[in-house]
Amino acid sequence: MMSQSPPTTPTFADVNRDVLRTLGPPGNLYFAWMCVVALVLAWGILAWTGQIWWGMGMAGKRVPQQWAMYITTFVFWIGIGHAGTLISAILYLFRARWRTSIYRAAEAMTIFAVLTAGLFPLIHAGRMWFAYFLLPYPNQRDLWPNFRSPLVWDVFAISTYLTISTVFFIVGLIPDIAAVRDASTGWRRRIYAMLALGWEGSDSQWRHYRRAYGLFAALATPLVLSVHSVVSWDFAMALVPGWHSTLFAPFFVDGAIFSGFAMVLVLVLPMRHFFKLHAYIQEKHLDAMGKLILVTGLVLTYFYLSEIFTTLYSGDEFDKASLFWKVTKSYAWALWLMYFCNCISPLILFWKKARTSPVVLYVVSILVLIGMWFERFNIIVPSLGHAFYPWAWGIYVPTLTDTSIVIGSFAWFFLLFLGFIKVLPSLSIVEVKETLPPPLKDRPHASHH
Amino acid sequence: MRYGMVIDLKRCFGCYGCQVSCKAEHATPPGVFFARVVKRETGTYPNVRKVYLPMLCMHCEIPPCEAVCPTGATVKRPDGIVDIDRELCVGCRYCMQACPYEARYFNDRARWYFGAQGPTEYEALGYAQHPVGVVMKCNFCAHRLEHGQLPSCVVTCPTKARTFGDLDDPQSEVSRLIKERCGEPLHPELGTGPSVYFLPA
Repeated sequence: MMSQSPPTTPTFADVNRDVLRTLGPPGNLYFAWMCVVALVLAWGILAWTGQIWWGMGMAGKRVPQQWAMYITTFVFWIGIGHAGTLISAILYLFRARWRTSIYRAAEAMTIFAVLTAGLFPLIHAGRMWFAYFLLPYPNQRDLWPNFRSPLVWDVFAISTYLTISTVFFIVGLIPDIAAVRDASTGWRRRIYAMLALGWEGSDSQWRHYRRAYGLFAALATPLVLSVHSVVSWDFAMALVPGWHSTLFAPFFVDGAIFSGFAMVLVLVLPMRHFFKLHAYIQEKHLDAMGKLILVTGLVLTYFYLSEIFTTLYSGDEFDKASLFWKVTKSYAWALWLMYFCNCISPLILFWKKARTSPVVLYVVSILVLIGMWFERFNIIVPSLGHAFYPWAWGIYVPTLTDTSIVIGSFAWFFLLFLGFIKVLPSLSIVEVKETLPPPLKDRPHASHH
Repeated sequence: MRYGMVIDLKRCFGCYGCQVSCKAEHATPPGVFFARVVKRETGTYPNVRKVYLPMLCMHCEIPPCEAVCPTGATVKRPDGIVDIDRELCVGCRYCMQACPYEARYFNDRARWYFGAQGPTEYEALGYAQHPVGVVMKCNFCAHRLEHGQLPSCVVTCPTKARTFGDLDDPQSEVSRLIKERCGEPLHPELGTGPSVYFLPA
């Protein structure tokens, strides 16, 4: 089963044709999706405008929970942004060849997810028009941001991550854009020619390209760990019971990769179906992704157990009270939903049949995404609702404004991704060809390079 | 110099005088209480009693709110007062999560006491110091201290439960009370080093 190859192995010409076909004129279904996404986004923007106009009070009753849905969704999107670099950089350095047909979509997803996440600190701030105070820029008052604040670390971590992953994405695209350039005409050709940076496919260009790609992969690798560690310290550095834990950095990184892989599948499976890319995104690719979701899910389960154990064993009354409240009271539904989605639902991927079934993978991925959103919700909202003083305990009630903005952020992300699949090759022509047998005059012997 | 306060829980009888005078002094919007009195009942019938806990900013020695403030809007002044520069605050509310004493409030939208009627003249004047989208809190009435006056909650307290002074001066009234009556801050285990001490009831 494992080594089952696609019905016919595509040739180099097939790859060019199939990938370029994805850039053809979109059908009605595509426009329908675009309309839905654009409408939801417009609604979200309207809600945000209202919030800026009338103040943060539009975002619901939030007395103890001054951080709520916005920070939840911010961390969620940052987490989604992790899988892309993991697939494109770390798996590249480890020479995991199954990454070739999904890494482009995963990289694009990373950039769009970080762009979405980057909106949330702005949405969340009471005076977003002063958000530039967080940047260290020379000013006449000689004011600098507070470098001890984890939020300032975030600014650096996330902007570095966005920069490196964007550069990595663009560099990886160059040979493919040249292929698109060669196949297009008119104004499109001129734009692609500009983006291809004069790529001709000469030996020296390939040598430089490979070196640069390896270098960026090496630069991007530590960022996979650093970004979410820094985001986790936003919480771990505060004294709130349930936050003040040294487990947070690895716990967050693992959860981020877990949710990121789920989002990759949510994007890649429909792409495979609608663009008919079954020959490139094969069962073995789905199988590998399924295994990674399973492993990261099991590690996450281990972290959940450690968290409960350390809380119980520590003897810290406030921590214990917070945990018992989360498990049994107002927000218990969210906690148990999270346990089900993140710990139980991926277990089905122990079966190979499930790992190679697009339907099962899709359902599990959606559940994982729901579970991971609720993980962040459970870290933030119930912990803040049950801190040290009973008179400050409370329940968070979302409003139309914050719900619309959160849903709008999903629309923004999908709008970017839908645009991407029609403008840039969503499958790497270069790397897919590398995994195919080279075109020889006689029948090729299966080659890996 | 380190300003501090001692609150004698034996003397406090929960009249809310401090809470009201603080609101008058700082013209805080509805729902905002820099000085707040928390009440609770303890014991089982018939042996029950009410306990009062006046809460305010603890003006910590190592303020967790100051460490996390990304723009440096929260500052620890040399005299020990933790204050907010409202011009620098972007309203991220990180300080509010970091503060274990729930001493901070966020002005999330323009609000006043008489709803549709709009702000009264007094409110219109007072709210100018609380821009929307900014975090606010007790500052030991720094503007009164500048003129040699005590914080308004201290002046108002009819039972003289509150004493204000310099914790660094071993001869001061606050230092003496803490020493003689075994004054304790709230949550000393968190390592924040509060400047507000409570004398046991």
